[in-house]
Amino acid sequence: MSQLPTRECQYERRVLDLSDRAAKSVRSLNSQQDVPMPLKGEDTLMASSIQAADSQDVALSVRDLCISLPGGMERAFAVENVSFDLKRGQILCIIGESGSGKSVTANAIMGLLPKVIRVSSGAIHLDGMNIAGLPSDKLRGLRGRVVSMIFQDPLSALNPLMTVGAQIDEAMAAHGFGTPKSRRSRAIELLTEVGLPDVQLMYHQYPFRLSGGQRQRVMIAIALALEPAILIADEPTTALDVTTQAQILKLIRDIQRRKGMSVMFITHDFGVVAEIADSVVVMEKGHVVEQGSAVQVLQSPGHPYTRRLIAAVPHLTGKDRIPLEAAGKAPILQVNGLVKTYRSGAKWFGATRTVPAVNDVSFDLAPGRTLGVVGESGSGKSSLGRLLIKLMDSDGGRILFEGRDIAGLSEAGFRPLRPRIQMIFQDPFASLNPRSTIGHILTVGPIAHGMPSAQAREEARGLLSHVGLDAGAFGRYPHEFSGGQRQRIGIARALMFKPTLLIADEAVSALDVSIQAQILKLLDQIQRETGVSMIFITHDLRVASQICDEIAVMQRGRIVERGPPSQIFLNPKSSYTRELVAAIPGEKPEHARQASANR
Amino acid sequence: MRGFLLNRLSQSLALLVIVSIIGFIILSLIPGGPLSQYARDPSMTQQDMERLAEQLGLNRPLWIQYFDWVWRLVQGDWGRSFRDGTSVLTVIGRHIFATLLLMGTSTVIAIAIGTWIGIRGATHRYSMFDYLATIGAMVALSIPTFWFGLVGIYVFSLQLGWVPAGNMYTIGDGSVLNYLHHLILPSVVLSLVHVAVWSRYMRTATLDAISQDFVKTARAKGLSERRILLKHVVGNALLPMITLAGVQLPSILTGALVTETVFTWPGMGRLFLDSLGYSDYPVVMGLLIFSAILVILGNLIADIVVAIVDPRIRLA
Repeated sequence: MSQLPTRECQYERRVLDLSDRAAKSVRSLNSQQDVPMPLKGEDTLMASSIQAADSQDVALSVRDLCISLPGGMERAFAVENVSFDLKRGQILCIIGESGSGKSVTANAIMGLLPKVIRVSSGAIHLDGMNIAGLPSDKLRGLRGRVVSMIFQDPLSALNPLMTVGAQIDEAMAAHGFGTPKSRRSRAIELLTEVGLPDVQLMYHQYPFRLSGGQRQRVMIAIALALEPAILIADEPTTALDVTTQAQILKLIRDIQRRKGMSVMFITHDFGVVAEIADSVVVMEKGHVVEQGSAVQVLQSPGHPYTRRLIAAVPHLTGKDRIPLEAAGKAPILQVNGLVKTYRSGAKWFGATRTVPAVNDVSFDLAPGRTLGVVGESGSGKSSLGRLLIKLMDSDGGRILFEGRDIAGLSEAGFRPLRPRIQMIFQDPFASLNPRSTIGHILTVGPIAHGMPSAQAREEARGLLSHVGLDAGAFGRYPHEFSGGQRQRIGIARALMFKPTLLIADEAVSALDVSIQAQILKLLDQIQRETGVSMIFITHDLRVASQICDEIAVMQRGRIVERGPPSQIFLNPKSSYTRELVAAIPGEKPEHARQASANR
Repeated sequence: MRGFLLNRLSQSLALLVIVSIIGFIILSLIPGGPLSQYARDPSMTQQDMERLAEQLGLNRPLWIQYFDWVWRLVQGDWGRSFRDGTSVLTVIGRHIFATLLLMGTSTVIAIAIGTWIGIRGATHRYSMFDYLATIGAMVALSIPTFWFGLVGIYVFSLQLGWVPAGNMYTIGDGSVLNYLHHLILPSVVLSLVHVAVWSRYMRTATLDAISQDFVKTARAKGLSERRILLKHVVGNALLPMITLAGVQLPSILTGALVTETVFTWPGMGRLFLDSLGYSDYPVVMGLLIFSAILVILGNLIADIVVAIVDPRIRLA
């Protein structure tokens, strides 16, 4: 990664800057005292601790933190003996898979743990004061003022019934900051600072009018309202598109540098770490397995778990897949001028709004090949998937499946073909019926299509072992499995029908990177064994580059570019594709290197 | 908005037509009919009966009776009671106050107490309070209202003599206090079931709201638990309750059949039962149309209120 030396320079420069930074953040803490605010107990505490903070450059220090889980869980501690320091004016990334205890740690610092989970031992030093075990009203006084937090899903993190302005105002009012008038002007200032357009209008806007990225900016504005010394970001970009993710990462980094804030950034994606981190803490199953500077951990990871996580990050290969057999057979799927327009509004009277979801889309797919459909949310990629499997009727165009136009077929006419086209869904938690056993989930479809039940059960057992689950899974229920295992069940369910076309809609997007890699490998293996064709819908270009023979980039319902991964990633023709590729976290160095090597 | 109202209006008209046709058909299927009570009277001759049928228009084919009735209704004539010839609207007007008084009181009690129990049950989930509230609601829902009514009358009227056993007021004493005295027992009995229903729905809605991410955001801002509950949780929890209130609105005016009967309360519920007993078709049909209109209005009002409260609908 050729960019790393520069990063190292930045890092050194930053260390030199630190004394300046520390002074600044002390100023920002002191500025709290200037505003008319009743001096509470913790303020005196804070004031005394600032003296101590001058002598050290650590904003937050966690020592031997143990957080116990209620009985009956798979382990007794959510985190055990966790120690790390968040240095002033730095970005510390805490990375780990789900269940590693990274979010629990963040919530413990915020004092936001559910009642049943509690800090059993250890200390959390904030500016020299141990906040672990502080009474809840003291912690409340710190939240939003000294430590702020932003969350993963910006769509649900804002109250739908309150305006953006009111929600920012509330954060300041809760700590007795300013007058309604001064809070209002501060809120406008914050909205400008996080780069939102039309701030005067935005102030009165309700969250539902805003896009995911805009809502995350509002969340950041709320978190920044009282100039906290520390910002905790819990997977703030995981739910966002790549381009939005890149913008939000840049925003967090810019603000952090401008204000000399300390940021604790939680993620499961080493690509994000490479993009933003100064130092890294790697967590596995509640333990810190490795920590150090970003350069050190990324370039020479010491712990096998870290190496595994880094290796699991999908990279833009820029290499094309080797097709498994000689092409030349007739395409299994030909799509011509497919159109779908959403209409909303009154049916009989009043105006209707129309949104072209899929607009004149054409492509074809050879047997045994994978076509990636890539685009941001709203690009129409999922609508396309739904049209192909006929969960939705198209408004125009043809879908030739094995030479037969299925676009105009009625539900009854399509039913015999349904087993041949199967779908793998995004959310492995929501797509399996929680009240059915795995065996039932796998066999109910084929039996309905006429397979004898003894045969169905036998094939289901075979498939379960094929997708890497033991045969005992047959009689168990979905909740007993992890996300990755459930997605394997979803794949087995689709394969039960011996389909010739698989449509995977964001099939790995809800999974941790390491699990992603395993599922992608499984899909690749299955394709090589069964010769099934695949349409792989994803917003993640890195994932698409791993598994696809050809990639179609969609924007506003149209395919703007189509070609093999080498073309899409190394010599993108459309400006939109270039934008998407540039936004991939942690990829610029490699891409630049490969592009120059290609020249 | 105009499109929305036009849509709703056309749907409502269709609903009214369907309800009235079904009502008419079912009434005609009931054996006996309005004339059966005269049939037992030995002084009524066959000619008298035919003359009566002619007068009431009952000798015509059913569909002509229906269209005649609709035509008059459109002109604002709801017909006249078979019993005493008073106009249906007057009959309804005579009973609506009693029902409004009883149902209004019990609904206010139910919503106030039910909302409180629901929120407290959700914020103190699995506490002793929550368990008692759950058991209480199950008991109130599984035991029929008339039983509560009868037990209430036995204990508080017959044994203790605290409240009257029935009626809306003592004849000759029309004071407000006298009305209130009569109101206590039936309204409490009636609100038992409503509290149970309302508190269960409110508990679920509150639990839904509490688990939302924005509540965590509110905590992260450092808001007090009280403000989080009042501003973020309850507001969002009440949204689905508005729809429920809209569904319950018609019953406030159409009355409670059982409770009104047990407490001889002169409301719409008893009017409906009595009119059925007398085969007083015009009144029964009038009440049917009246309650259908209320159902439509209740839902419409609920939708409008939700649209006003919820910016996602108001501004979309």
